[in-house]
Amino acid sequence: MTTFLQICVDAASLGSLYALAALGVGLLWGVMKLVNFAHGEFITIGAYALIVPSGAVIPQLFIGALPIWLMVPTMCLIVAVVALITERIIFRPLRHADPSTLLVASFSLSFFLQYLILLIYGGRPKSIQIGASLNGEFAFGPLRTSWIDIVTISTTIVLLIAVALFMTRTRMGVQMRAATQDFRMARMLGVRGNTVIATAFAVSGVLAAVVSFFLMVRTGALAPRMAAPLVTIGFIATVIGGMGSMVGAILGGFLVGVVSAFMQFILPEAMRPNRDAFVFAIVILMLLVRPNGLISLRSQKERV
Amino acid sequence: MRGSIVADFLKRHFTLIVLLGGALLVCLAVQAIGDKPLIRTVTEILIRIVIVVALYIFIGNSGVVSFGSIAFVMIGAYASAWQTCCKAMKPMSMTGLPDFLRYNTYPVFAAALTSSLLAAMVALIVGLPILRLSGIPASIATLAFLSIVYVVYSNWTTVTLGLLSVVGLPLYVTIWVAFGWAAATILAAYLFQNSRFGLSLRASREDEVAARAGGVNVAFQRLLAWVLSAFFLGAAGVLYGHFVGVISVNMFYFDMTFISIAMLVVGGMRSLSGAVVGTVVLSAVTDILRRVEAGIDIGGLSISIPPGSQEVALGLIMLVLLLMRANGLMGAREFSWPRRRIEAAPASRVGSD
Repeated sequence: MTTFLQICVDAASLGSLYALAALGVGLLWGVMKLVNFAHGEFITIGAYALIVPSGAVIPQLFIGALPIWLMVPTMCLIVAVVALITERIIFRPLRHADPSTLLVASFSLSFFLQYLILLIYGGRPKSIQIGASLNGEFAFGPLRTSWIDIVTISTTIVLLIAVALFMTRTRMGVQMRAATQDFRMARMLGVRGNTVIATAFAVSGVLAAVVSFFLMVRTGALAPRMAAPLVTIGFIATVIGGMGSMVGAILGGFLVGVVSAFMQFILPEAMRPNRDAFVFAIVILMLLVRPNGLISLRSQKERV
Repeated sequence: MRGSIVADFLKRHFTLIVLLGGALLVCLAVQAIGDKPLIRTVTEILIRIVIVVALYIFIGNSGVVSFGSIAFVMIGAYASAWQTCCKAMKPMSMTGLPDFLRYNTYPVFAAALTSSLLAAMVALIVGLPILRLSGIPASIATLAFLSIVYVVYSNWTTVTLGLLSVVGLPLYVTIWVAFGWAAATILAAYLFQNSRFGLSLRASREDEVAARAGGVNVAFQRLLAWVLSAFFLGAAGVLYGHFVGVISVNMFYFDMTFISIAMLVVGGMRSLSGAVVGTVVLSAVTDILRRVEAGIDIGGLSISIPPGSQEVALGLIMLVLLLMRANGLMGAREFSWPRRRIEAAPASRVGSD
């Protein structure tokens, strides 16, 4: 029983990270049919913003030296601005391109940013320590958990509630959901397309920054390609959740987290490094049963 | 009369003749010049042509962008290494190999065929579930497939040596071996796209619903192209391994995926000629950048750019091209006999603002 609860804590904490990544990806798919490969680089940029830009092997803290209450908002601001710049320069002109062109464009952007980071910071992995106080472990009855797990789970819940309130209670949120349903129609009814999409990019950037903060507290490992597995999982989560549904993306993220945590427990020691392979294989099999994902939206199907 | 039949044949298959003839002429010319580095560069371009044209067989004809196909290159490269490489080292370091591979070495050409067939078989198995999906979900599922193969190969230490490189593959890939495979791939792609299978698949690319209504079994047509594409991708892996002599899992991951897709998109995703043109153009660009990165002398002045700028420039070129000319250099056109040029239908959707 204790083991089971322990796995549940791990699953919830991992699932939170995946859900945040998936929501960031799913939001942009919703409003402009963009599969944003560069979301991974948004996360990476958030992490690298913590250190002074240089190729030095031992990194110097930059924003990472600020107190947490100032550090996290600064990270969010930086990543949101980067996201807005990419929107303005690349994705706005391509808005009416077909989804596969957008896909290749975001793939190229991801490649470009990845090597830009490598060019500025050097390719060697670096390691930093921030928020050390959050890494302390403590016992909760028979469960062992660390503060960062609790913080990750609770922040995710707060963020998800905030996004949900934003989507249902604010003017911009309602417009965004309208744009998700039918972008052209929404524009005709007076929704400002540019503002809606820019806002989605900014929100997506903020979500990416939060993910990179948690990642940095947990591992502290910086590498130009650090976010590639996470963003792949984000994509997968949006697909199994049902593309275009934000609730689906969140559910998908948590589901992948749960499957990963249980795999980690079930698989024999020797097979554990292959965990992600099993998770992905399960996902592909799941798509056989529900090709449209868990929550399949009518508005996402092509009308003939 | 006879002359007109020949002329007719030439006109009809002009694309194929231009591509194969052009490649042959370049190879002969390079052979005649005899400059070793130049021969190596051209050989590498030919191998890349195998990869990009093989990608084109699936992506170009079906319209589904696959991010996972480089997994077949990895499968082919490793399969050939198991059969031909490291006679002395294999029994000790690759203990997980079955005995017939662990203690035996096979002829390279037979190994190339079996390795490509292995890639095709894997494609058949994973294609059955993945290709039931359409559009973007299918692309993401192929990405998941690449991740699976990468994770398994980088952890299967007793068979693949994990993240370590496999060193010492026999170097038999000369310019003519590469040319042979490139020509075979181009020929296969050409025959496929003009066959009834290729045409049905192209119909489904333009309008999936209409093609279905017209009796096209889209999943089956995609599977066929996917398996054919995987066969040649496997062959490309074999060629790469035996050209460089060293393979490691990181060679066959996101970077190769990006560069190959970039070559396809630069040339024009919907045209066989485009696949070849894109490969040649981007190879030339990366080759120049690589040389500058290594440092070059201009009038006694040594100029070099920091490592990584080659890729940054490549990413930038791709982005600019997508913004300026999203359909690539060739669009959907092929090299064709001047009088019978058919204007390409633009891919844009109607009235989207």
